[in-house]
Amino acid sequence: MKHARIVYEGIIHDAAERDGQLLLHDGRLMREDAVTWLPPLAPTPRPRTILALGLNYADHAKELEFKAPQEPLVFIKSEGTLTGHRRFTRRPEGVQFMHYECELTVVIGQTARKVKRDDAYDFIAGYTVANDYAIRDYLENWYRPNLRVKNRDACTPLGPWLTDAADVPDPMALALQTTVNGKLTQAGNTRDMIFDIPFLIEYFSSFMTLQPGDLILTGTPDGVVDCRPGDVVVTDIEGLGNLINTIE
Amino acid sequence: MSFMPSGTVYGTLLNFRSEVQAMTAQMDQPPYKAPPKAPVLYVKTANTWSAHGTAIPVPARVLEVEVGATIAMLMGDTGQVAGYVLMNDLSIPHLSFFRPPVKFKCLDGFLGIGARLLSAAEAGEPSAFTLEVRINGEVKQVMDFGNLVRNASQLLADVGEFMTLGVGDVLMLGCDVGRPLAKAGDRIEISAPGFGTLSNTLVTEAA
Repeated sequence: MKHARIVYEGIIHDAAERDGQLLLHDGRLMREDAVTWLPPLAPTPRPRTILALGLNYADHAKELEFKAPQEPLVFIKSEGTLTGHRRFTRRPEGVQFMHYECELTVVIGQTARKVKRDDAYDFIAGYTVANDYAIRDYLENWYRPNLRVKNRDACTPLGPWLTDAADVPDPMALALQTTVNGKLTQAGNTRDMIFDIPFLIEYFSSFMTLQPGDLILTGTPDGVVDCRPGDVVVTDIEGLGNLINTIE
Repeated sequence: MSFMPSGTVYGTLLNFRSEVQAMTAQMDQPPYKAPPKAPVLYVKTANTWSAHGTAIPVPARVLEVEVGATIAMLMGDTGQVAGYVLMNDLSIPHLSFFRPPVKFKCLDGFLGIGARLLSAAEAGEPSAFTLEVRINGEVKQVMDFGNLVRNASQLLADVGEFMTLGVGDVLMLGCDVGRPLAKAGDRIEISAPGFGTLSNTLVTEAA
């Protein structure tokens, strides 16, 4: 099943996907463009941990002139950087290079501490799509990628849906693609990750306990391009849906 | 009741003048290539939060941890500081600040949090804050928040330029050089006038 969280007439609703539309819990069926979308996540009692991978596809590492990392390059995002499907992300004035990053996102389903890779999939609630925008003008070599690049308000669209893990038999073989104004600019497959999902869950949970609702953004493949105000950026992962965002 | 944050906790690197002085010779060299322009921040995730008085587990493989004593600002609404709280920002010692320090700073329990939130009115001017770190009763570090690179209001302004600090978010003022090391069995006490004492004992993590 695919789950969403939306605002309609000022009230937050949980909803499910039904024939390309939104089925609200009260039985109403809504069009996708009739509601305001939130990230498809239930609230957590404490701020969720959002881990994001850099350089986790060999081709992207090459594109950025880095050799593939020996261990995961991870940075942390805060909840304020998330936004929903069909929302807007701001390109600051005077910026030269702002690019999307289409990323398979793991949503943790159970408390995960010192999990072994063979058990890793038991700890996953489901999957969604992230567009982890970066503004490269602001890159500095101090805790790189620094928060000014990666933790800006509403700079990480997430959604549209949370797809149950049971409906994604092999998350390590999903096609990803991004289009900008309808033109294909990025294409890859999750099978090309350097550190796969079971590895990442074993690695992180070896030193930090993950809680239900925590996220792992697993990195992006080759093919990032500059995006301008007005551009419509659609990040799409096979079976998970098209996440639409517009640059303003 | 003891204070616990409800929002994201951010730490600040290189916000004491002596910290910057200690790094100056390296700043133009690789991998940094230039001194930092924006505030250098990191996140202490919720799994790191330890209440005052609780034991903090240290993995058996980690011989010593670095004690990053500081005072942090708690954000209220409309971008104002609601109050201040003591923090014990523990790290596995590391020499490079090139990559985000997740595996050094985000271990379970690695942030001691003071029980007492001092309101902005009670606390007064943050540049007048001082604190003392004791390990097993012996004074190991004395800090004077008059030596910040960005004072509290400048730090808030420069962070606010690129992201919003929401209600309940917490931003540390920074940790000075001379951070003491501690090991399993040690009792760490951080005290500051008006704030009382934040006390945590390190214990070897159960296998």
